[in-house]
Amino acid sequence: MTSTSPLTRLILKRLLVSVLVLLVVSLLIFGATLLLPGDPARAILGQQATPERVAALTEQLGLDRPAWERYLSWLGGVLTGDLGFSAATQGPVTELLGGRIAASALLLVLTAVISTPVALALGAWAAVRRGTRTDSALSGISLVLAALPEFVIGVLLVVLFATSVFQILPSVTIARPGEPVWARPDQLVLPVITLALVVIPYVIRMTRATLSEALDAGFVEMARLKGMPERTVLLRHAVPHTIGPVAQVIAMQLAWLAGGVVVVEFLFRYPGIGQALIDAVANRDVQVVQAITLIIAAFYVLVNLAADVAGILADPRIRTSGGVAQ
Amino acid sequence: MSASTENTENTEHTGNTENVTENTAYAAPAGLIRRTFRRRQARIGAVLTLVVVAVALLGPLLGPVLTGYAVDDFAGRPFRPDGLAGTDDLGRDVLTRFLAGGGPVLLYALAATAIGIIGGAVAGMLAGYSHSDGSRLDTLIMRGGDVLLSFPQLVLALLAVAVLGSSGLLLVLVIGITHIPRVARVARQATLSVVGQDYVLAARMYGVPRRRILATEVLPNITGPLMVELGLRLTYSIGYVASLSFLGLGVQPPAADWGLQINENRIALIIAPWGVLLPVLAIAVLTIGTNMITDALAKESADTTGEAA
Repeated sequence: MTSTSPLTRLILKRLLVSVLVLLVVSLLIFGATLLLPGDPARAILGQQATPERVAALTEQLGLDRPAWERYLSWLGGVLTGDLGFSAATQGPVTELLGGRIAASALLLVLTAVISTPVALALGAWAAVRRGTRTDSALSGISLVLAALPEFVIGVLLVVLFATSVFQILPSVTIARPGEPVWARPDQLVLPVITLALVVIPYVIRMTRATLSEALDAGFVEMARLKGMPERTVLLRHAVPHTIGPVAQVIAMQLAWLAGGVVVVEFLFRYPGIGQALIDAVANRDVQVVQAITLIIAAFYVLVNLAADVAGILADPRIRTSGGVAQ
Repeated sequence: MSASTENTENTEHTGNTENVTENTAYAAPAGLIRRTFRRRQARIGAVLTLVVVAVALLGPLLGPVLTGYAVDDFAGRPFRPDGLAGTDDLGRDVLTRFLAGGGPVLLYALAATAIGIIGGAVAGMLAGYSHSDGSRLDTLIMRGGDVLLSFPQLVLALLAVAVLGSSGLLLVLVIGITHIPRVARVARQATLSVVGQDYVLAARMYGVPRRRILATEVLPNITGPLMVELGLRLTYSIGYVASLSFLGLGVQPPAADWGLQINENRIALIIAPWGVLLPVLAIAVLTIGTNMITDALAKESADTTGEAA
């Protein structure tokens, strides 16, 4: 590591791009609400509301101010932890989302922790045995799973394990008010398996592709010809080559999960932000929709940033020669 | 035969786009399709896809003949095992509504895919072509795409539905538009490997206008990756359209639609499973079929290097 500064510069540049993208994303999310037909205050209060109440809410929401002023105060609120006011619950959005973010995060973390080692191991297994029946069976299964929308996998799992075939797991989440979802671990099983089955095929394919590329490469051949045991060849020479791309795929799958939880939470009535988003869209509770889409987009951008940084750090060409790539 | 790259083709957001090697000439689409369907996997995929398409197209006509009920007829009490597949949440015949419900998913998914592929190909080719000139257009297109790529596709669709209300046109537009930057990345990368070729340079030297170079020199040589994208985007579009209807935010009642049918009948999954299972299985078979064809296309396209047949 002779020249750290070009590397740091590259990462800082990538960071700056992410910040800019987030800023434009926030503009887009805010701009979308300007397309709302009619008067938002009236939409929130309903047709029976008196003109005085509409006027009061208009002032409270600042709807009489110009759009750019509202954008700035919304953005300022977001940055200081004030996500707005939910028309449906008549309370602050942060209150609505507090526990739900933790519940969704739990789902994400559990899925990542379970699916990553399984997928890496299966992908490596397929790569080492490429061309055999194991390999083609694994790629056939991944092909089928990768094709299925998440709710299809979820419904099939429910039919299999909760209703028609076996009745061993709960098909919906039952959370009493104030009781955290993890109080009943068995109701986390099906949502987590559904998400894991959606994510695993991609990681298997990527691991298999990059690892078999490495196993066919000249430097691995060289190590073999020097008489190293196959195990050492695999672990010391081939595997390190795949860390960058695979880290990227894992990060991207995490980012993907942020969107995938929406459908899965709805299916299992899991009390996370995904279900809150669906409810808010159905009720056209715009400030909640804004807050949740912004949270998901921010997570998405951050994880993609992490993926790119991992890619930069793992690529010896960039690490040693500094900023040559791109 | 580059067996190592073939499987990355079908992976969403493959980070290493460098896999598209330089000097790759892609075969004419007709030849590519013919060779793809020599693979058993592609033929199985085609059969699965055609079965579901046939159900979706013929179902609305056959349904009333087979079951004796029209789509909106009430056949009995809700969730009873009357008829072949029982009755749904309002007491309508499940089989009739299943047979009638394939149209919206197919239609919307095809339209969204068309928007995504056409828009993405144009944006990607423009970006890739102007990259060689060092013009700003490339940066502008790709950075604009980055903003759309910062949302999961479904979440952006939900934002649009929240603001504008659900309609078929909106679903098609928003899913199609969110495909564009994803397709554009692939099209740009493929264009980059073509624009340096002698025949493109020759055309530029003769002063052939940009749109003609893109249409007659570049486009025919990037059909391989675009066909793979077409299959991939179609598979995803089917999933997104069905998911949105399943969430109750896509196709609206009283229309017959597979996603909506699952939403309506899932509360009675234990006592009347067919209202959920039939549409779920149809969507599963359809997406598996299109994905098998896509994967075979990707393998064939990756294998095709050198002279085009």
